[in-house]
Amino acid sequence: MDTFGLLAQGLLTALEPMNMLYALIGVTLGTAVGVLPGIGPALTVALLLPVTYKLDPAGSLIMFAGIYYGGMYGGSTTSILLNTPGESASIVTALEGNKMARAGRGGPALATAAVGSFVAGLIATVGLAFVAPTVVKMALSFGPAEYFALMILAFMTVSAAFGDSTLRGLTALFIGLGLGLIGIDLQTGQARLAFGIPDLLDGIEVTTLAVALFAVGEALSVAASRGGDSTIQAIKGSVWMTREDWSRSWKPWLRGTAIGFPIGAMPAGGAEIGTFLSYSVEKNLAKKPEEFGHGAIEGVAGPEAANNASAAGTLVPLLTLGLPTTATAAIMLAGFQQFGLQPGPLLFATNPQLVWGLIASLLVANLMLLVLNLPLVGVWVRLLTIPLPWLYSGILLFATLGTIGANPSTFELGMLLAFGLLGYGLRRFGYPIAPVVVGLILGPMAEQQLRRALAISQGDPTILVHSPIAIVLLLLAATAVLLPLYLRARGRGKVLAQLGANED
Amino acid sequence: MSLDNQQQERRRPDRAALVIAALLMVVSLIIAWSTASHGAGANYARVGPTTFPYVIAVAFFGLSIWTFFEAWRGDFPEREKQEISPILWIVGGLAAQMLLLKTAGFSIATGLLFAATARAFGRGALWKTIPIGIVLAFVVWIIFAKGLQLSLPAGPLEHLLF
Repeated sequence: MDTFGLLAQGLLTALEPMNMLYALIGVTLGTAVGVLPGIGPALTVALLLPVTYKLDPAGSLIMFAGIYYGGMYGGSTTSILLNTPGESASIVTALEGNKMARAGRGGPALATAAVGSFVAGLIATVGLAFVAPTVVKMALSFGPAEYFALMILAFMTVSAAFGDSTLRGLTALFIGLGLGLIGIDLQTGQARLAFGIPDLLDGIEVTTLAVALFAVGEALSVAASRGGDSTIQAIKGSVWMTREDWSRSWKPWLRGTAIGFPIGAMPAGGAEIGTFLSYSVEKNLAKKPEEFGHGAIEGVAGPEAANNASAAGTLVPLLTLGLPTTATAAIMLAGFQQFGLQPGPLLFATNPQLVWGLIASLLVANLMLLVLNLPLVGVWVRLLTIPLPWLYSGILLFATLGTIGANPSTFELGMLLAFGLLGYGLRRFGYPIAPVVVGLILGPMAEQQLRRALAISQGDPTILVHSPIAIVLLLLAATAVLLPLYLRARGRGKVLAQLGANED
Repeated sequence: MSLDNQQQERRRPDRAALVIAALLMVVSLIIAWSTASHGAGANYARVGPTTFPYVIAVAFFGLSIWTFFEAWRGDFPEREKQEISPILWIVGGLAAQMLLLKTAGFSIATGLLFAATARAFGRGALWKTIPIGIVLAFVVWIIFAKGLQLSLPAGPLEHLLF
């Protein structure tokens, strides 16, 4: 069947009332957490993992994807009105968007962000539908050695390529990999690093680690630093864009999509990179460059489109290769595994209904988000007025609820506390968080592939560099580590530091 | 520029970062020791369950040395001043919840966490926040334990009403 046929079938799945309901819950929750500073889509999906144990897999995954997309929409609202990005991919939006809001043009800024996100989400989701089968075909020829090389590449781009320090990125990654070792070895059944504690034999729960790092660590860090107050800009004037706004926005939307989607689709880290690139492209191409820094609508339209397009792009490696490149994607992978599903080329063959239903539901979710974010934007703005004490008390209540729900034991809560302190320490010393989560989930998979490859070659390590694909992937991985080191040594590190923001 | 001057002043050994380097070294040794003491007996494959742990132990060793050098040169980013008491309130709240969960049940334990967190963020009056927290946690317990069949520990409060 061709892609359109599959997509149409998927649309039938997505339009089932139950799945529509899941999508609606997902996008609503996603928008809410995107708007609220301090919690992001990664944490929300992690919190929902235990709750969805008993629900329908397709519906749950549709809900998770809705949260991911919704988080991207909601983040822009916070950036524009509060100048505090609700999630990291919206940092650039804050640059121009908040200036527009201060100048009384908050309405059009929100509108161009929402419509741009819609356009980008639509194009990128269709892009996902068309790219995925090709990648799947390619991936079917991959052996363990190629998968291992691919995972090494993902490790390096997630941890070392961006951010302000290769050392701290790599350290965060290895903390995750080290935690991934704990528990029973899948191939031999031998206990590793369990120190005789039965609770550790099952390994570290992804939920516990993610919730601790994102919720507890964040709460500790915000409470301890007591950041300055920021004021919410009221939306003045019309929400609708003028004819000039439209004509200045549509090209940045398309360019942002063109930049964001490939970056998300490559195993190249988070959505932030695309937004920064899009911003600088728009700045260079703008007819009125003098407006940049004072509220240029192009500077909101482009990055917002790039941000949503790369969220869709991230699903390409996740669905086709089982390779998560952001913290949210990593936790979504854990969501798949919870239902006994392994994303990858085989999933397209064994469970096409689920995969295509998920992809098609993204189109539905996008439409819902446009409705939620344009006419109803006032409701979300009110979320921003929740006082910090209640907000964080609530976050911790639900964070512990998620952990207790997964495993109601004192030991699990002790780990939550310990990892929460770890998360605080990581934030305090400028270590990125996402590589820890990606390392925990992807580490054991990489080890499996490595050992499988070496079992096939009977222990000969040269199998790892036997195919051209593997060599290219490993060379790319080496470049991802060495090039930034070189650039930083030459004093060009500032650009990279800007590119690598923490994903929450 | 004043920024440069500040950076010049900072370029001296960063003690906290040196502690991180030491911790990474300890982690490296723990992984290596644990793998060596339990790894015997499964050596039939050249790449067995012990290989990956050793690789990671070596990586931690290397990262520790690297961190030591960066710490010595003061390359770590400048840190804001932190207040200790909010951290203690939140950690205390989490610890209280952990210890009381089994005996006092979800609502009471979590209500205490709620109040402690609010206190950490500057909302004092515990006599007000603790009841609010307990009521809120109880509502959450009803929704998730009764509605969604999540196994949340019940205590006296939950048994009283259900």
